[in-house]
Amino acid sequence: MTQITIASPQAQTRSERYQHPSRLTLTLRYLRRNKSLVIGLAIALALALFSIVGSLTIDTEKLAYPLAVKPKQPPSPEYPLGTDFFGRDMLAVMVRGVWQTAVIGLIAGAIGTGVGVVLGFLSAYYGGAVDTLIRGITEVLLPIPAFLILVIIAGSIDRRSVTIYTMALIVSLLAWMGPTRIMRAQVLSLKERLFVNVAKLSGMGNLEIVFKEILPNMLPFILASFVSGVFAGIFSSFGLSVLGLGPLREPLIGNTIWFAQQQAAFFNGWWWWPLWPTLALILIFVSLTLINIGLDELANPRVRRTE
Amino acid sequence: MSQAKPVLRVVDLQVSYYTEAGRALALDRASLELYPGEKLGMVGESGCGKSTMALAMMRMIKPPGRIEGGQVFIDDVDLMTLPEPKMRKARLSLISYIPQGAMNSLNPVLRIEAQMRDAIKEHLPTMRDAEVQARIYEALESVELRREVARMYPHELSGGMKQRVCIAIGILLGPKVIIADEPTSALDVVTQRQVMETLDRVQKQLGAAMILIGHDMGLMAQFVDKVAVMYAGKFTEISPVRDIFTNPLHPYARALIESLPTLNNKGVFKGIPGLAPSLINRPPGCTFHPRCPEAMEICKSVPPALIHRWDGRQVACYLYDHDGRRADEPAAVSAR
Amino acid sequence: MKIGYLIRRLLFLFAVVWVAATLVFFIPRLSTRNPIRERFAEIARSTGFAPKDLEQIIAAYEVKFGLNKPLLEQYVEYMGGVLRGDLGPSLTRFPVTVLDLILTALPWTIGLLVVTTLIAFALGNLLGALASWPRSPAFIKGLMAPLMMLQAIPAYLLGLLLIFFIAFRLRLLPMGGAYSQGVLPSFTLEFILDAARHQVLPAISLILASVGFWALGMRGMGMTIQGEDYVTFAEHKGLNPFTIFTRYYMRNALLPQITGLALAFGNIIVSGVLVEQLYGLPGLGGVLGDAILKNDYFVIYGITLFVILAIAILMFLMDLIYPLLDPRIRYES
Repeated sequence: MTQITIASPQAQTRSERYQHPSRLTLTLRYLRRNKSLVIGLAIALALALFSIVGSLTIDTEKLAYPLAVKPKQPPSPEYPLGTDFFGRDMLAVMVRGVWQTAVIGLIAGAIGTGVGVVLGFLSAYYGGAVDTLIRGITEVLLPIPAFLILVIIAGSIDRRSVTIYTMALIVSLLAWMGPTRIMRAQVLSLKERLFVNVAKLSGMGNLEIVFKEILPNMLPFILASFVSGVFAGIFSSFGLSVLGLGPLREPLIGNTIWFAQQQAAFFNGWWWWPLWPTLALILIFVSLTLINIGLDELANPRVRRTE
Repeated sequence: MSQAKPVLRVVDLQVSYYTEAGRALALDRASLELYPGEKLGMVGESGCGKSTMALAMMRMIKPPGRIEGGQVFIDDVDLMTLPEPKMRKARLSLISYIPQGAMNSLNPVLRIEAQMRDAIKEHLPTMRDAEVQARIYEALESVELRREVARMYPHELSGGMKQRVCIAIGILLGPKVIIADEPTSALDVVTQRQVMETLDRVQKQLGAAMILIGHDMGLMAQFVDKVAVMYAGKFTEISPVRDIFTNPLHPYARALIESLPTLNNKGVFKGIPGLAPSLINRPPGCTFHPRCPEAMEICKSVPPALIHRWDGRQVACYLYDHDGRRADEPAAVSAR
Repeated sequence: MKIGYLIRRLLFLFAVVWVAATLVFFIPRLSTRNPIRERFAEIARSTGFAPKDLEQIIAAYEVKFGLNKPLLEQYVEYMGGVLRGDLGPSLTRFPVTVLDLILTALPWTIGLLVVTTLIAFALGNLLGALASWPRSPAFIKGLMAPLMMLQAIPAYLLGLLLIFFIAFRLRLLPMGGAYSQGVLPSFTLEFILDAARHQVLPAISLILASVGFWALGMRGMGMTIQGEDYVTFAEHKGLNPFTIFTRYYMRNALLPQITGLALAFGNIIVSGVLVEQLYGLPGLGGVLGDAILKNDYFVIYGITLFVILAIAILMFLMDLIYPLLDPRIRYES
């Protein structure tokens, strides 16, 4: 009778001889492979720098608003990005506008994702009536194009009282449905995983499980959801502004474009007026998309090759 | 049972997979012969090369795999030398393949008859619609399925029915060689029997040669004439089914047979020591030697060739001399 | 088709429409703005003339529009109106009703959106399918990355770039408008060609912005399907590559894409509205932008409701069509 033995005499020595590289090296190596993430972050960083350095060196308080400088000037050494019909320095407009657009996006993204995490979590963890209620509301609201409701909301508000922060809040109102769905699905799948049951068996309280076991595993999805939320927030606020529903006093990118269109900028030959905002916004969207793709790869362990 | 000329002759077929970790030799110059009407069972551990051989014969090896050499003769046509369009014609009409796990092998959005019709139309474009329809019904009848099945969609059929549809497709054009790759692995025992009986009957009707791939020795015992035992891409032994069970020649074949639980020694499980060999770093000489209880010095350096014995059995092992006689066997052994 | 499925989808449709209509009703009334009052204030401002009995006139109009009735009663009347298709009058173009404005603008929007969606869907899916097919030429696979970047950019911005480069710089195509100035709409060939020329840039903007979406989705689908056993078995049957590509590959991959089409309706229409605004086309987008500018609230609310309704109905129709295409769904309980 032969006994079954597992023979692998060479395995042990190999692992002993393998030295683990430092965390920094691993991160750098990973970043080199995830070009999407790197490029996306680089563009975002460049834009942020532009805005920050710009606001420190230029008097945007004055120059980004009407009647500050000579109007309708093409780009020149004095006005590197030209000036618009109302006498705003386009450079100052861009510096301020990029910043404001980003702020709206960040606020909307944060609120949308935050609410999404809470609701999705409540829905999945407690199930039953809570789940049905939250799910029902989410499902019915999703097909309704949020943008149109935003149009109504923005249209009903006294336009003189709209500020950037009001805008951000409006945009956040309907930003939570998507994240809720995703978070709920994630929590549902994690709830069933072994390590949660193990934690329960070992006597961990519910709250402890939430913070120590479930949330950390949801981090990549929360991050991705946040980035998507920022994207959607900027997109919605852009859509509203470009229809004329934004806080018109501010040099928000969408507002600038709206003004330019209203004054038939291209027709009149003032090409620089709508062009810079367009390019800047395209860069913002591209950077966010790249970051999203990069995060996708990070979150999906099957796609990511481990070191 | 056997006639003068074999209908299928595989000569030194070699297939490798080129992976990041290196080149894995999956099929190491395998050769075999099959006569019309003969049923051969191919057994071996998972990953030993059985399916690779089947796919190679159909010339369906995809990158990173590559067919590196060998010939596959059906009658006198070497499939390996055919241009791709001709090979496409040969598939299903000369040699057909019944897949493992028919669950997913049928197109979910087409009716059964549509999937059979496009196969027929591809190979026999001039056949009249009425004839095509008749063929379809004929094929379904021979696998004991009602005509109504033709109008159904795959998701309306049970697992066993789907497998039988695949068999029906496999015999549509009356091929000379049929390869059935683990046709019953995913089925329950009762359905298994039904499907095997269908396969048996269909093969007899056509008079085709059949290769049945699997690892269920019990199933093999009931249905095939010869058994070919494969290990790490090489045939270790090819013998008539009775002989394999009563007197296996190759130590690996013997270990396989002995590992089958019997009613006598319940609760006692015998395995084969060691692990399946890496196909990238193959052991030198005979690939089985690290796990062979009777390994000798020569086994570690030179791979043994597959020898044809006087009794028709084939074995690749140094325990047998170049006539195929065992070193310690009496000289006179009765031929089968 | 299963009646239960039909009824469930119908109920969902009604739920969505009801919620949307309610939102459209209540949100404006949450603010303190009074559209009638504002309208008169504006007329007074622009003409410099205010009738002495302004308050009484406003009160009379309020009665006419039912704004003095209790909220619940207004709500019921409003819902009734919606069901009848009465969306109220346009404030700035009184007595033209909101519905009239919408119906005049609708053909332009439908024309643009239907054509661009069909082209983008067909082209995108074909490119995506080819990109995942191993035997395709390399340049198709290389197209995926730029297409992916393109679809991240809203059609409006792409439109602006197109106007800048092609209309402004190269003067190849008009900068906006549905037809050249001074031309009267008529069914002559000349007019049709002129109008077509004006649709080119808007169409390209919309198509470029959405092709990537379909292509990527299809490519992902294609990769999944390629590994499916039935594609391999089709090869085992000796079928030629074209047959396998169309009957076994595309037919299966296209189904989820069609579901995606239904879900994308909202985005398509919103993009379309914005692009119309950009190019000054007389479709729904143009009317909406105009209404916002002139504070014509009834038009704003009316168009919004109309669009939501349209999307909900389209999605419902898609729900009905899908089982006809996918035999598996037909028999699901």
